[in-house]
Amino acid sequence: MTVAEALALVPDLRLAPDDPAGDRRLLTVLAERCGAFSPWTAPDSWPNGFGLWLDVTGSAHLFGGEATLLDTLVGKLEAQGFATRAALADTPGAAWAWARFGDRAAPVLSSAQHLAPLPVAALRLETATVQGLVALGLRRIGDLLPLPRPQLAVRFGRELVWRLDQALGREAEAITPLRPVAPYRIHLAFAEPIGGNTDLEEAVRRMLAALSRQLSEGAAGARRLALQVFRIDGTLAECTIGTNCANRDPLHLFRLFQDKLADIDPGFGIEALRLDAVATAPQPPDQTDLDHSAPMSDLPRLLDTLANRLGERRLMRLLPRPSHVPERSVSRRPAGNAVGNGSWPAGRYPLHLLDQPEPIEAMAPIPDAPPLRFRWRGGLHLVARADGPERIAPEWWHEDGIERDYYRIEDSAGLRFWLYRQGHYGTLPPPRWYLHGIFP
Amino acid sequence: MPSPAFEHLRRRIAALEGAVVEGAGGTASLGPLDRFLPWCGLRLGALHEISPASPGPLRDGAALGFAAGMLGRLTMQCGKPVLWLAETAPPHAPGLAAFGLNPARLVVALPGRAAATLWALEEAARSTALAAVLAEVRGMEPIAARRLHLAARTSGTTVVLLNRAAAISAAETRWRVGGLASADAPRWRVDLVRCRGRSPDDGGVVVRWEVEWDETARGFRLVAEAGHRPAMPQDTRVA
Repeated sequence: MTVAEALALVPDLRLAPDDPAGDRRLLTVLAERCGAFSPWTAPDSWPNGFGLWLDVTGSAHLFGGEATLLDTLVGKLEAQGFATRAALADTPGAAWAWARFGDRAAPVLSSAQHLAPLPVAALRLETATVQGLVALGLRRIGDLLPLPRPQLAVRFGRELVWRLDQALGREAEAITPLRPVAPYRIHLAFAEPIGGNTDLEEAVRRMLAALSRQLSEGAAGARRLALQVFRIDGTLAECTIGTNCANRDPLHLFRLFQDKLADIDPGFGIEALRLDAVATAPQPPDQTDLDHSAPMSDLPRLLDTLANRLGERRLMRLLPRPSHVPERSVSRRPAGNAVGNGSWPAGRYPLHLLDQPEPIEAMAPIPDAPPLRFRWRGGLHLVARADGPERIAPEWWHEDGIERDYYRIEDSAGLRFWLYRQGHYGTLPPPRWYLHGIFP
Repeated sequence: MPSPAFEHLRRRIAALEGAVVEGAGGTASLGPLDRFLPWCGLRLGALHEISPASPGPLRDGAALGFAAGMLGRLTMQCGKPVLWLAETAPPHAPGLAAFGLNPARLVVALPGRAAATLWALEEAARSTALAAVLAEVRGMEPIAARRLHLAARTSGTTVVLLNRAAAISAAETRWRVGGLASADAPRWRVDLVRCRGRSPDDGGVVVRWEVEWDETARGFRLVAEAGHRPAMPQDTRVA
């Protein structure tokens, strides 16, 4: 139907452009929020299926049974203005079919037999397949059941048989949860929405204390924590912290969160919080003294504080990398795990290496000799002492590499530089000189 | 024989100047430079400033080398790691080992903005986990420097500022380092232009040395003692 036709039928129709990306984002937020009912939630991965998956295995009794859970869920979503249909079945395929084509009065599907009167479109098939089936008079799922499977597969593709098996539970179907179910998770819901920063901090403090107990029982420490803030208007805020080594000291973890909590806008109020230990690492139980528990060592605490405020990529340790090319000889590693093998090359190296070797104008009296003078960044330097050449060839797997002849140069003012010449005299293109580093 | 009252007064003045700090006291040896310094070495848990003698390239080699040598001496004595707050890029690690600064003991941070550098500096100065923290800065507010000095004194972490702008008032010592023509080892002209407890001469210099870095001994070596003032006699030295 065209827009003009639709407007002719319903003059006060509200028009909005199609926004699949926006819809998907909204679905993702809804899926996160449904985490209150089950830790295993995901938006529908089928391209046209604007639905949510919830695996409520083992959590229905917390809400007073399956039917009550569905009622609560639908009520919550409709309170936010979403027209919702929900169904609960033994398999994802059956639930999908029943939510769209089933009996709204009985949302919990008791037996797969009830699927038989549903149209074939309920099987999550491509439109072309559905049309082909309908053209042959196979309108309902029940019509397919008595037919021989090999012929069905040959005629309509494997997908049909596969979807049929998924709906009937003959084939397993996995739902990939939106976020992996963290083994350590604390959920905190408030009877009254909270709004103040102090309240939020106090809530996080309590959650961290509880999480710390959980971690301690599992002999684990947190490496990365994610806090999700569910606002009352259906929006979501998130902040994460990372630690350099496994840690479960609630006070320390709280300090890392403290900066980020100040940036969270509570909006109209916060109704729930969820704290996940997204990444953990084994941490042996604390050794406690008789009088007090052993204090955490200072270096990890400092590194965590710096890394969370400055950004993890801005804090590093320098480890040797086996390469003779100066700019490739150092690798930057996260500050926490300083495990490195290999050793630093012996010899004299500059303390400051330019990010990019800078081209200089240099004059050498004879080939393979150091320059007599050179001009760098506008200043003329007269060479007083020189040492070299030291030839450094790039590794053979770097195709564009040309070997460099390095010279250690001292100018008349006592400044020491690392220069190199790329290329040779007497060949084309002519050699070029670069300044690469500054010696102490 | 000084009278007891005089002795008491002298101790009070020393305490007021922050000379006698329990726990944080202690010095790192700078080799032959020690005997010109009132504390017989570089005070730990204090603010020290190094600046290049000439407004040369972005990172002055001589000042960088002297700072690396100083940090190297500090880690060798203390055994704790060092934090280097770099302005743009980390120092070239293969060059550090020659100054006794093992890159395995070094943590580098690139804070980016000056305000972030100051925050990280203070955070590090408060921590007792480090032997020293070095920051590449361009000047500093007097109040920020004073806070930093107090934090360093409480924790015992030495703060070294590699400063390319105006002098920082709260620094305990200020060194001006420039390159010199070398024989083999890197050689610098080192001017001590400020030192708490010593006053500079008319040229603004307390002591001037020509110093070489000895790579085998991992220490400073005097080339020429061009001191403008004689060393204080042993008995008049404070502390």
